[in-house]
Amino acid sequence: MGLLKKIFGANAAIQQLPSGSVTVDSSGEVITSTVSSEFPKSLLREIARDVLELFREARADQMPLAELTLQFASLRVSARELRGGAVIFLFPQSALSATSKGTNL
Amino acid sequence: METRHKILILDDDQDWLELSREMLKQLPSKPEIRTANSGSRALAMLDTEPYRLLICDLKMPRIDGLQVLAIVRRRFPELRTVVLSGLEDEEFRSRSYALGVDLFWLKSEMQRNTQMFLDCLESLIGRDSEGGFRGIQSKSLMDIIQMECLSRSSTVLRITRGPLVAKLWIHDGELIDAETEGARGEAAFRRILGWKSGTFENLPAEQNHERTIHKPVNALLLESAQAIDENADTDTTEQTVQIHRKTVWKLAVLTREGADFVVAVLPDGTMESLGTQTQNAEHCAKWMRRAEEIVKRISTKIEAGPLLHIGASNMERRLLLLPRENKSFLIGWSPEQADNSTLEKSKKIAASWDS
Repeated sequence: MGLLKKIFGANAAIQQLPSGSVTVDSSGEVITSTVSSEFPKSLLREIARDVLELFREARADQMPLAELTLQFASLRVSARELRGGAVIFLFPQSALSATSKGTNL
Repeated sequence: METRHKILILDDDQDWLELSREMLKQLPSKPEIRTANSGSRALAMLDTEPYRLLICDLKMPRIDGLQVLAIVRRRFPELRTVVLSGLEDEEFRSRSYALGVDLFWLKSEMQRNTQMFLDCLESLIGRDSEGGFRGIQSKSLMDIIQMECLSRSSTVLRITRGPLVAKLWIHDGELIDAETEGARGEAAFRRILGWKSGTFENLPAEQNHERTIHKPVNALLLESAQAIDENADTDTTEQTVQIHRKTVWKLAVLTREGADFVVAVLPDGTMESLGTQTQNAEHCAKWMRRAEEIVKRISTKIEAGPLLHIGASNMERRLLLLPRENKSFLIGWSPEQADNSTLEKSKKIAASWDS
């Protein structure tokens, strides 16, 4: 008994994937969020900043983007550019989620 | 300088050889005429210099005409062959055609219709080195396949090109499978269509043969025709030809699926692009590299699993970034072309890129 605790430590915990929407300004500060408060705010901010960086890099490379979708195996991140900021939607994916079809672009 | 083609006449009858030589001198292209009175002598002569056409008798001592033709088919696949025989048995005619000869004439017919015979020979030797598939008057393989498909026949085409053998399975006018050199399906079919010459024969249809080709034969032929046209320039090196073939193939895939462009980036940072609106390809490639880094960071932070793809869009364009083990692809679509099947189409393009 307690084998897993010995291996992973007593504080090991499974982090739930974020679900909901976030609106961020151009500096990456979260303005509004419907993501569970259990999800670390700092992490949410980091995701938002990374998404903004993707938009910024695209703009710098002369291909300004209005929308982005990052499809991971277990999470889908959709973002719409809003005057330098963005509204970001986070959808955890399950085996039943339609990941390969539909409006992925 | 115009080269004179060489014709070799093989017959054990010396008088007939002399008669044939005199007759063939009437050919408008004035070919060089050589003669051989035995199969072994003919094979030795074919070994020493290139001939355009072999006119072969069937009934000869030691090595008969059919044996010579069987050897010729393997060793000199480019050589055109005509059987000129006194044997009026239909079996010999069909066996000769099965060996891939271009023409079968009876000696008696030849004497009655000399001019027609000469016209046929002239047509055969005049046909330039584009090649062709023996069995039906040097038609191209594309013609043969189209004829089989249009007649909605069920057959197995066995194609031989020197040591190479291929099979095409046609069922009710649809190409269902192809096989050669260890390849199967569309890949094998493309390889076979690259053969410029050879012989073919029809084998009985095989019922319940597994289907590996689902694309319409016309689409496959169109793609291959484009590739072959590009390769028509014989001055280019083999490598250049291969690159051309690949490029045309990629463009064909791109066009068929309806995408505007593809930018492919290798792990070492080098990129290649194809399609319209690729003037911005360098920028696209730069963004792809950065995007993959950023997305990897996000994935690590929240343990969301591997990235499957990135979709991006603006007013003018839809983009799909597909990360692959050895290459990442950014495929551009116009908004009109992009729909629910865009992801599947993009995956198809990426999968076929290096095939």
